[in-house]
Amino acid sequence: MIISMSVSARRVRAIFRKEVREYRRNGNIAFGMAIMPFLFLIQPLVQVFALPSSASGAIRHEDSLLYLLAIPAIVPGLVAAYAVVAERDQGTLEPVLTTPVSREEFLVGKALASLVPSVLIAYAVYALFLACVRLFANPAVASALLRWPEILAQVFFTPLIAAWSIWIGLAISARSKDIRVAQQLGVLACLPTVAVTSLVAFNVIGPSFGLALAAAALLVILDVAGWRVVSAMFNRERLITGSR
Amino acid sequence: MNGQNGKQGGATGGATGGATSGATGGATDGAAALSVRGLGKRFGDRVAFEDVSFQIGFGEVFGFLGPNGAGKTTIVRTLGTLIKPTSGSATVTGIPLIPENGAQIRQHISVMPESPGLYLRLTVAENLGCFADLYEVPDPHDRIDRALRAVHLTDRADSACGTLSKGLRQRVALARALLPDPQVLFLDEPTAGLDPVAARDVHDLIAGLGRSGVTIFLTTHRLDEAERLCDRVAILNTTLRTIGPPDELRDRLFARTLAVRTQAPLADPELVFRAIPAVTSWHQDSSGSYVLAVSRPAVAAPAVTRALVSAGADVLSISQPHHSLEDVYLELIDDDKEASLA
Repeated sequence: MIISMSVSARRVRAIFRKEVREYRRNGNIAFGMAIMPFLFLIQPLVQVFALPSSASGAIRHEDSLLYLLAIPAIVPGLVAAYAVVAERDQGTLEPVLTTPVSREEFLVGKALASLVPSVLIAYAVYALFLACVRLFANPAVASALLRWPEILAQVFFTPLIAAWSIWIGLAISARSKDIRVAQQLGVLACLPTVAVTSLVAFNVIGPSFGLALAAAALLVILDVAGWRVVSAMFNRERLITGSR
Repeated sequence: MNGQNGKQGGATGGATGGATSGATGGATDGAAALSVRGLGKRFGDRVAFEDVSFQIGFGEVFGFLGPNGAGKTTIVRTLGTLIKPTSGSATVTGIPLIPENGAQIRQHISVMPESPGLYLRLTVAENLGCFADLYEVPDPHDRIDRALRAVHLTDRADSACGTLSKGLRQRVALARALLPDPQVLFLDEPTAGLDPVAARDVHDLIAGLGRSGVTIFLTTHRLDEAERLCDRVAILNTTLRTIGPPDELRDRLFARTLAVRTQAPLADPELVFRAIPAVTSWHQDSSGSYVLAVSRPAVAAPAVTRALVSAGADVLSISQPHHSLEDVYLELIDDDKEASLA
């Protein structure tokens, strides 16, 4: 696997800026990126608001808020699954691939354009959740729920999980011929990560500092490997001609 | 049609109004802009093109003609480093066409695909800005201004590309291709689907680029376009059928004929024409109209005139029929069809 490691920041920025401009002007993409995280908030907020102060003792030993890590596992992956195949479908890929841009630069630009807005949205949704709990939940329940280790875990794991989700999405997008198929596969590919975050949130896997460190190290390795593998999978001829 | 005279070597001074060539590192001295030897591409069992060889000099406007499916676009994609050839070899701006050189070659060329492929939600200037950064051109604002001036679109810089007509989108795509001041500019059917006025605008732009010394590789199946714009043309139908300046191709296929018109049909044309040594065969086109195959038209014409006068015929005209590039094209492509049916 030969990957060129010289990456032009200007070319990466060109791809990133183009993507972000398209998000801003395509209401459907922006709406799609924002709506799912907000839907994720409804059920936990309703549940938290209904909890009496007597429930605070049990909550203190749970890590159910980590369930919100499913947001960075799903949203950026769906955006990334659309990124390459849509350009191909719209006929905009060929002019880009005839420029000196390398596949690594192209993919990093695409990945950052999925990562930055989706992480910002995930943080915004999480901040909104914390504010709602602090302001409207029973004070005893709020103080049992809002614990620094969980908040820090959310802050650190959000970009790591999002990046992993993006590389899976880009891998699907680089190999798909149809936007709908890419997005369906993107949803399926998110499920294992969602399953892991859910198992932690529901205490099937008991979270600990050591586990968090190991998981973070594994995600960093997977994210770097994801970039390299997707770069190797990125084949200009296949993307332009559809040949196998 | 553009002559070779007055062409500069390389794209220096370029179409965008006097820019220095951004194509540093490509060979322009002594090397051909494109040199192709026995190039071929197969997709599984299907042959896209095979055994194609030609050379194009710097500053030449070269037309690549052929029917749909002849392999024109695949050749552009191959020389543009998007597709790997399955046989043969080539150099592009003097750089060997191998996968390791892809990025280097792409720094010296630009490709305008058949479909403009613009980001429709972005403005014209934003589209060009994105590509100026991808080519890493110095002073991008100035380069974009010059590219827009070259295609007469300065006043539409802030228009979203989705609001432009098809002709204007083609012009934006051409401006985008001019941004890097390429040594070789590939234009893949640049007037496909355009109305005659929009096509004429694009022709004028290409002619201007040719005059300013840009090497242009133009694929088209519009023969009038090729005849008007190109120094040389090649006709491709999976394999290369012929190559040369349009005039030379016409001469090669059709020059050895004379068209003879007489006031009244000849009583015995076989008797008249068989007696002329320079005439190798003849046929009657219509009443009083004959086409003679001759070895040397300049020698045959006086002999034919004398023979007709001796036979008592009233001669209206003896001429070499005018043939267009379209006649050359149809002759060659029809030959291919007949060969495939045989």
